[in-house]
Amino acid sequence: MGGLTTLSGFEYVAPTDLTAAATALRDAGGRACVLAGGTDILVQLREGMRSADLVIDVKKIPELLQLEYAPDSGLCLGAATPCYQIYTTADVVNAYPALVDATRIIGGWQIQSRASVGGNLCNSSPAADSIPPLLVHQAVCHLAGPEGRRSIPVSDFCTAPGKNSLQPGELLATLTLPPQPANAGSAYQRFIPRNEMDIAVASAASWIELDDSRNAIKSARIALGAVAPTPVLAEEASQFLVGKAPTEENFSEAGVLARQVASPIDDMRGTVEFRVHLAGVLTQRTLALAHQRVQDS
Amino acid sequence: MTKKTHVTTTINGEETEFLCEPRQSLLEVLREVLDLTGSKEGCNNGNCGACTVLLDGLPVDSCLVLAVETEGAEITTIEGIAQQGHLHPLQQCFLEGAALQCGICTPGFIVGAKALLDRNPDPTEEEIRFNLAGNLCRCTGYDKIVRSIQEAADRLQSAT
Repeated sequence: MGGLTTLSGFEYVAPTDLTAAATALRDAGGRACVLAGGTDILVQLREGMRSADLVIDVKKIPELLQLEYAPDSGLCLGAATPCYQIYTTADVVNAYPALVDATRIIGGWQIQSRASVGGNLCNSSPAADSIPPLLVHQAVCHLAGPEGRRSIPVSDFCTAPGKNSLQPGELLATLTLPPQPANAGSAYQRFIPRNEMDIAVASAASWIELDDSRNAIKSARIALGAVAPTPVLAEEASQFLVGKAPTEENFSEAGVLARQVASPIDDMRGTVEFRVHLAGVLTQRTLALAHQRVQDS
Repeated sequence: MTKKTHVTTTINGEETEFLCEPRQSLLEVLREVLDLTGSKEGCNNGNCGACTVLLDGLPVDSCLVLAVETEGAEITTIEGIAQQGHLHPLQQCFLEGAALQCGICTPGFIVGAKALLDRNPDPTEEEIRFNLAGNLCRCTGYDKIVRSIQEAADRLQSAT
């Protein structure tokens, strides 16, 4: 027997409270992995990209499986809550469409049943689908460590490809997304050479808020993925739109401005030139879709 | 060797106990401990869907689940799809529609398609293709699979 490629041995614990998880993580001194959906971690362990003496399953901690939404307080999302649960919750679909767009296209259904937005964030890939939507929705990370808790905006979380600001013994507990004002909408799109099941060559999320007349943009945020060492906000392009009419011309101009924050690499997925081009096109398209969603609401 | 853990689950409606090491995937335990060899190993990294099982009603790649995680869970494998010795309409339609050649992907497709039809009894072709994007077939070109799922959906609907 044993035709399967097996994992190397490790111990497994499934604590039921956060402090116990953080203590176990600290005590393992860098030899532990946090297991949420496992769709990245188990592959990394099996393929030798990562090794661990201890796997800490956080899915028995109720706080990490939360999905609480209220129109006046926003969304509290447990770090291990799977994608499937997010896109099958109608209130979340209506309030945070860019995040929902991402959760529907991370892997296939089998992956979405397990993979979490928190795990996607902690894996900290520049191409992570859920991070640009978290950025435009101004999500905040709530971290727990043996010494206590702290909160940082998602925009300060990723520091380099695969790196983030989690300290030893610290883990992501929840993400909160602020409530949505009236006349706001968002969208996320990526370019991949297949229809499904691939890693973004480039991606963009856009969020816009219109004024009450819906003829002018009150506020906008644009974020790009896979075109820099971390997902990145396009501040200038976002500011450009404030006070402008929500027209294709202005969305196109914002796309041109957004390209300025793209500093991509050449690799097997795409060239620098192509990725910069995509950043502009996807910015324009996600702005148009976000606008359409406001109009339809 | 790491100490083995005792796990109690419900598999295909029957309470099942097994011993496993933490490093063993659910797929390894199904195939090598429980002799449920219907779930196949394709890629062993979550791309192909050949090892798809239902975990508490949702399709998952059993190669990306640790068996120790399934304490208290309900699992349905391809062995649990036929009822009382009768093929499920999906299985019957795959046979009649020649929706398989080598057959390695078939258990995963049938389990994934069952999850889809349980939630969406009348899916469009696009919905079928989108929801089964995590199941790869290297033989059929997918058309016969999609048509067989549509046929099974029709039969299930006319039976109710």
